[in-house]
Amino acid sequence: MSQRVATTSAAPSTGKRTLTLAQSQSRFAWILLIPTIGVVLMVGLFPLAQTFYFSLTDARLASSREVNFVGLQNYLYLLQDQQFFRTVGNTVFFTVVTVGFEFALGLLIALVINSNFRGRGLMRTSILIPWAIPTVVSAQMWKWMYHDIYGVINDLLVNQFGIFNQNVAFLATNTTVSLFAIAAVDIWKTTPFVALLLLAGLQVIPGDVYEAADVDGANKIQQFFAITLPLLMPAILVTLIFRTLDSLRVFDVFYVMLGNRRDTQTMAIYAQQSLVNFSDLGYGSTISIAIFLIIALFVVIYVTFLKIEDA
Amino acid sequence: MSRNTRNLIGRVLFYLLVGVILIYTIFPFYWAFISSITPNNQLFATPVQYWPQNATRQNYGLVMSNNNFLIALMNSAIVSVSVTALALIIGSLAAYALGRFKFGGRRVVLYTVLAMTMFPQIAVLGSLYTMISAFRLYNTLWALIITYMIFTLPFTVWVLTNFFKAMPRELEEAAYVDGATPFQTFYKILLPLAAPGMVTTGLLAFIAAWNEYLFALSFTQTPEKRTVTIAITAFEGATASSFEQPWGQIMAASVLVTIPLIILTLIFQKRIIAGLTAGAVKG
Repeated sequence: MSQRVATTSAAPSTGKRTLTLAQSQSRFAWILLIPTIGVVLMVGLFPLAQTFYFSLTDARLASSREVNFVGLQNYLYLLQDQQFFRTVGNTVFFTVVTVGFEFALGLLIALVINSNFRGRGLMRTSILIPWAIPTVVSAQMWKWMYHDIYGVINDLLVNQFGIFNQNVAFLATNTTVSLFAIAAVDIWKTTPFVALLLLAGLQVIPGDVYEAADVDGANKIQQFFAITLPLLMPAILVTLIFRTLDSLRVFDVFYVMLGNRRDTQTMAIYAQQSLVNFSDLGYGSTISIAIFLIIALFVVIYVTFLKIEDA
Repeated sequence: MSRNTRNLIGRVLFYLLVGVILIYTIFPFYWAFISSITPNNQLFATPVQYWPQNATRQNYGLVMSNNNFLIALMNSAIVSVSVTALALIIGSLAAYALGRFKFGGRRVVLYTVLAMTMFPQIAVLGSLYTMISAFRLYNTLWALIITYMIFTLPFTVWVLTNFFKAMPRELEEAAYVDGATPFQTFYKILLPLAAPGMVTTGLLAFIAAWNEYLFALSFTQTPEKRTVTIAITAFEGATASSFEQPWGQIMAASVLVTIPLIILTLIFQKRIIAGLTAGAVKG
């Protein structure tokens, strides 16, 4: 568009027409945006503002009881709520473990696919399978694999490889064991996605950089640290921030595999339970706003990092 | 010679690694399938059977005659198709504006859209619940179709904007010279060109809607309004014993729910990878 504006405004006599053209185009653009803005306001921004309002009240869900404004009372309670901090701890633990493993494994898989070998297409296809399976379904599959008596994982660990000498109840009582067991499901499901993002980053590194390094006598490991890693950094950062955001709002896999267990609750489950199961719209909204702020912080980092170019 | 042996060892180790990765990614799905065709008396028995002695279709038969599950499949199809269509129609208009026009406020809208692609659904759950109740939409598919726009529309707009931005300018200019209005230019020239982008974003929107769990769990209640993700966690098989969940049927249902997605993914593999990396969005 900028080219056209530039050429027409080169002739001074058409200056006025250019202005009205730009104005009418601007108006047209805003008309096209109306439906999107309407939807975003209706299901996103307005509800967010309303959640903030609810967080300052003692409102109950689906209740005709009078709503009282309670100021920051819910927030003061939140700061002393042990269960809330436990859910923050669980969520952060889960995020660190999954993002760490997914990055390491994803990078390994991306490097493997990026090198030329027979069966590369098959591999790229097969790693999409975990990605394509709905989270809830993969949670059910793993729940069955984790079964304490008939589960295949126990059979592999105890009978086939002899790593443990008795069956482990992965999803039963031990908080740490359960958290790691759930993390393993997420790592399995999401590593392909990480690998694909990193692979896209690897594929834009020009091949002649490596040829030059070969000529200079650098070995593969030197090349990895001196060329691949620095040039891949933008893709790595985007991937890490993206995965972090996703892990912080984890709900499905925990809820399906562990239900309402208090000791393994995540932030999102605690908020959902407070809102829907206990109908505590006021306090549930307070937890929601806290989650929103934590995630918003990462979104701001992400968006500023991405720096939208204004073409 | 030593160099050759080293090369050979390297190759063997490399293919070993490839094999391990393949087994790791495929095994859980393989196991779900094996469990789904194993008769119950072998499924709930030790030692674990890695291949059923006599395969059975019984679990699939039970799942396909389970009305609640079939209704849920239907509901998921209705919701996902509607959400995808709405997101594409509304989103392509916005993407055209953002990708092809220069106007004040464009940057703000783009930033908002990008930030919205990462919007935590839990932050608006309570508020949406009260809105849905106020409009008497609780426990209807409409509640899901409307609220699912929060995670499909911003992503659709974001990815399609990039598609529109990448198109050559000449075609559009030729249309203007021929006296076409901007809207005619949009649906006669640019929209057909954007078809590959629409397929990609449409698929990703469909998959996201098909897989959604939190809103479906919170905004529906009765079995006839459930989607598949809820149905698959609420499985009560006809032949289940009182001690054990009907895992054979759950695995059969899991395979049935997943196979359409795997087929779609395999057919549109390249498009999906392009869309994922362009939008850098969650799967």
